[in-house]
Amino acid sequence: MEMRATDLACRRGDVTVIEGVSFTLPAGRCLILRGPNGSGKTTLLRTLAGLVPPAAGQLDVAPDSVVYAGHADGLKAQLTVAENLAFWAAVYGTGSTARAIAAFALDGLRDRPAQYLSAGQKRRLGLARLLVTDRAIWALDEPTVSLDAATVASFAQVVADHCAAGGSAVIATHIDLGIADAEVLDIGAFRAAPGREGSPFLDDSFDEARA
Amino acid sequence: MIALLRRDLALAFRSGGGFGLSLAFFLIVVTLVPFGVGPETGTLAVIAPGILWVGALLACLLSLDRIFQLDYEDGSLDLLATAPLPLEGIVAVKGVAHWLVTGLPLTLAAPVLGLLLSLPGPAYGWLMVSLLAGTPALSFLGTFGAALTVGLKRGGLLLSLLVLPLYIPTLIFGAETVRRAAEGLSPATPALLLTGVSAAVLALIPYAAAAAVRINLK
Repeated sequence: MEMRATDLACRRGDVTVIEGVSFTLPAGRCLILRGPNGSGKTTLLRTLAGLVPPAAGQLDVAPDSVVYAGHADGLKAQLTVAENLAFWAAVYGTGSTARAIAAFALDGLRDRPAQYLSAGQKRRLGLARLLVTDRAIWALDEPTVSLDAATVASFAQVVADHCAAGGSAVIATHIDLGIADAEVLDIGAFRAAPGREGSPFLDDSFDEARA
Repeated sequence: MIALLRRDLALAFRSGGGFGLSLAFFLIVVTLVPFGVGPETGTLAVIAPGILWVGALLACLLSLDRIFQLDYEDGSLDLLATAPLPLEGIVAVKGVAHWLVTGLPLTLAAPVLGLLLSLPGPAYGWLMVSLLAGTPALSFLGTFGAALTVGLKRGGLLLSLLVLPLYIPTLIFGAETVRRAAEGLSPATPALLLTGVSAAVLALIPYAAAAAVRINLK
């Protein structure tokens, strides 16, 4: 399943953050988004996921094919690990959570309420949700935050398996996931012209401060 | 959708879910009235329909800000909005869950409190009927207010200010139904109008609330 963006502009609130983004993501490939903080990675991912309509340009993607995972994991603190996953499996109509639990080594935590998980365990549970959705395109916003090195490696393996099975992924990350033949897109190059439509935080002062 | 309803109910009944708070608030507010007004049964019986309805309405208001705020804060709302469920359906399920956790217990507890306010005998049945017909509208209008204020820090007060005026028709017809029944008149007209208000709210609010959630997630 292919995703194609043509001259895409994305806004966050009333502010156009990035513009002129074009890429094609064929099935089985992985696209890594790079760029400094505030460059618009999250904004682009939310647009790709369909949470925000594009401000301009064209986004061609099959409906209901993208699953989004943001900074927050969407876990319910009072529900157990198994209940959290079973809920999303029911919402997506897939039913089985066994594969997700195995892939992220959650078996021993199955009956633990999510509020007693560590930050890394919560993140693993949040990522395990991707596997119960059965959707082809993953839009992931810094998925490796608070994961240890071994889990990052097994997560990269999960992404690689997903791509090998014909899925694809767009991942915003600052670290090297070590996924073979992943394309890299530097979002910094598409920053919207400063000051346009009153952009308050993407003006030159940030660059001057860094210089 | 069923899964979402079951999840919301499970969350409400587990620790920290807030089930029973609205009911306890309703009990205390109505219990306070005789202390303030005095124990004369004649006075209490006259104001009982209004007090019971205002009490139920305020109790309903208490838990409205939880409808979307918790899901917004932990990221679930983003994930639900991109899930294969229509957002209108999600909003409707949230309204139903809120009603099951607040409106329904309030309705069941109301006759006991009616006794406390020496509500006249014939009014008890109509008190329950009016609450049963009216509280779903309170939950759904509240869902709309919660959808408008989701994402605002401490939006609870603004939510109350937005929602309370919308509660006026339900309050008027609900309290009037009970008052007429208490005086031995036919309560059919206000009861039908109350049901009409609820039917319109239940039919239209999911679309408005879903639109508000979409705007707030941008």
